Amino acid sequence: MSTATFSIWRGSNGEGEFRPYTIEISPGMVVLDAVHRIQAEQAQDLAVRWNCKAGKCGSCSAEINGNPRLMCMTRLNSLPLDQPVTIEPMKAFPSIKDLVTDVSWNYHVKQTIREFKPRPPDAPDGTWRMAQEDIDRVQEFRKCIECYLCQDVCHVLREHKLHNQFVGPRFLVHTAALEMHPLDTGSRENDLLRDHGIGFCNITKCCTKVCPESIKITDNAIIPLKERVVDQHFDPLRKLFQIFRK
Amino acid sequence: MAEYQTHDYDVLVIGAGGAGLRAAIEASANGARVGVVTKSLLGKAHTVMAEGGIAAALANVDERDNWKVHFADTMRGGQYLNNWRMAELHAKEAPQRVRELEGWGALFDRTKDGRILQRNFGGHRYPRLAHVGDRTGLEMIRTLQDHGIHTGMEVHMECTVLTLLNADGRIAGAFGYERERGRFQLFRAKAVVLATGGIGRAYKITSNSWEYTGDGHALAYAAGASLIDMEFVQFHPTGMVWPPGVRGILVTEGVRGEGGVLKNKEGQRFLFDDIPENYRAQTADNEEEGWRYTQGDKNARRPPELLTRDHVARCIVREVREGRGSPHGGVFLDIAWIKDRVPGGAAHIKKKLPSMYHQFKQLADIDITEEPMEVGPTTHYVMGGVRVDADTQMSDVPGLFAAGECAGGLHGANRLGGNSLSDLLVFGKRAGEHAALFAKGNGISSLNPDQIEATARCALEPFERTGENPYQVQHDLQELMQDLVGIVRREEEMERALGQLEELKQRARKVAVTGNREYNGGWHTALDLQNLLIISEIITRAAIERKESRGAQFRDDYPSKDEEMGRFTIAVRCTDSGEMRVTREPLRAMPAELQQVIAEMK
Repeated sequence: MSTATFSIWRGSNGEGEFRPYTIEISPGMVVLDAVHRIQAEQAQDLAVRWNCKAGKCGSCSAEINGNPRLMCMTRLNSLPLDQPVTIEPMKAFPSIKDLVTDVSWNYHVKQTIREFKPRPPDAPDGTWRMAQEDIDRVQEFRKCIECYLCQDVCHVLREHKLHNQFVGPRFLVHTAALEMHPLDTGSRENDLLRDHGIGFCNITKCCTKVCPESIKITDNAIIPLKERVVDQHFDPLRKLFQIFRK
Repeated sequence: MAEYQTHDYDVLVIGAGGAGLRAAIEASANGARVGVVTKSLLGKAHTVMAEGGIAAALANVDERDNWKVHFADTMRGGQYLNNWRMAELHAKEAPQRVRELEGWGALFDRTKDGRILQRNFGGHRYPRLAHVGDRTGLEMIRTLQDHGIHTGMEVHMECTVLTLLNADGRIAGAFGYERERGRFQLFRAKAVVLATGGIGRAYKITSNSWEYTGDGHALAYAAGASLIDMEFVQFHPTGMVWPPGVRGILVTEGVRGEGGVLKNKEGQRFLFDDIPENYRAQTADNEEEGWRYTQGDKNARRPPELLTRDHVARCIVREVREGRGSPHGGVFLDIAWIKDRVPGGAAHIKKKLPSMYHQFKQLADIDITEEPMEVGPTTHYVMGGVRVDADTQMSDVPGLFAAGECAGGLHGANRLGGNSLSDLLVFGKRAGEHAALFAKGNGISSLNPDQIEATARCALEPFERTGENPYQVQHDLQELMQDLVGIVRREEEMERALGQLEELKQRARKVAVTGNREYNGGWHTALDLQNLLIISEIITRAAIERKESRGAQFRDDYPSKDEEMGRFTIAVRCTDSGEMRVTREPLRAMPAELQQVIAEMK
């Protein structure tokens, strides 16, 4: 059995320090296993959020050696173990305790996005018809596990703290999934521009890089949404048309 | 005096997985003021892990399917111990519940003519599972979540219920704590729906998350409700076995539905050697026929890999025991072989099973399009649960409802894959509707302050003493259940388990936790442990009482089915004096028309 040392941020409400823990490690361990072993053997009050341990629920987001990752999907053999592995909470959200952050802001934001409104059913039995190729893109967006790692790395939120003006990549993906849903009849372009701050995104693609589901957030969701907003609001022909219609 | 915040609701739903959210949506739609309590963040519940699909006889892929076939399949899979009325309602209502999800934004994979695509799964005669690749549970929970948040329900995230409150012979609410600050919360409610999921954390090798500590089962038991069928714990045949860190993580049955085969180390498809009598007529007798079935040939019968989970799991155990297992104590599951048989080869596998591809690639360095996976049984699901009225989902305690995995009856002795997600939808809706109705007819009860005080005091005791680490006790409990009340059971071992459970209970009463009440994992474990111990004892006592092998219960000392035992369900409840009472309760006679359906589908 070999050992490894983990430097874990301990503290609450933003105040704390890194503390070292050395444990025995075994083949195939992931960072979350190490945290659990530390919790069971050395620090039983260590706060960590997790659920499925299979990369499906998006609960165990943290920053491992400075990289935003899911703890359950980060294998120890992918990290240099000759030096301590640092584990700290996501930085774009307020700290609660140790590795746990307050992500409730995300739930409030989602509530502000207009919900799905389908067109009337296509068939008399109340069902719809959709071709697979017409839903492939939306299915990509719906793979999102809401781990909020994209929110964590977005500089608009992380550095500039514009949480009250910008919904962040997660909710642009969510909006894109609704806007590109073949059945949806809602319109969210005005909200995107006015309340959801789509203009703040300057397409640095940091979000795309950290997505554990490999969703092409910037290219497939945000840029097409920006184009829709531009078409709606800044297209001179459309403006003219709208004036005449009035 | 304990300090707590008070919340008032018409209907309180405990649990926010598929059943809880569906119940909350329905209760709101019926005009109730609804509160939802969830141990995790919203959208993270165990439903998210369901992979294969939702079973519903939509007949989109095979027009021969209908509710009668689904009903007969469910009863056969459950070895006829199922509550037939639940099985009937489930089969009839599942299609509408799936279509409804589409109306709320769910995007299932499509057939060529644009309808919801359905896939093959173990024990289902026709392709029946509506799905989205291998992430159907995520699609379902996100759809319910995104629809639910606009229906007015109030959600208490990261909040755990410690006890249900009774007054005047009916339910009056619940008392618990929120994890973030550890503050106590009192929920006064006219009706309560339990939707807390299962008990998998009682076992060492499990596909279940930390949440699955049998809370709803234990809360209902303590409140005086009966639990049934608790001896039936489903061990899913295919969990990961290597490396050790990932042991138990689920490998979807969808792999076999898409043509994956199980082999022992000699390269033999061992399931062909042991096909149970009641499935022989429906099962392929050669490999080619099995393959044709997975590719949609309506004249072919299904391969034995798609027999029921209890059977496949037992065959794997046998192969390993008799020395024909894989290097790490499992068997081989091979999907790579289909590359040469399908257009697209490796890309086809990745498209059909994207999460499986990533799971093995990332966690085990295995490319499933190139090499076989090593798999073995993992604790997955409990068929048993709170005894409920089939139509209303109300338990023996007036005002207390249960739905989903924590309710018993639908699945009998063994659940078919895909029947869980449909269960959540069908009975979540029914529970929500009837809880709202009950709330309309009943006011808020006055509460017993002593019950609240005692619960709060008891919850805080681990902070006040020095003693053993709760993680150690939980670990020992998981070892004990795995070793002595696992997939193959013997009376003598289970009696030994009962003795050791007594010792663990003593130890659990003395565990101590360090730190304060804020998000303290040790404290949460100490509290959850109490529920795990109760349900472990219930499982063990029920398993001892069923002196036969049937469905998920395999008794080495009673290896065959016993006709007489097939007439009973085993019920467990807490007597007024606090004793655990186990009784055999005769099954209700099935109406002639349902018997007729089963006879037709033989």
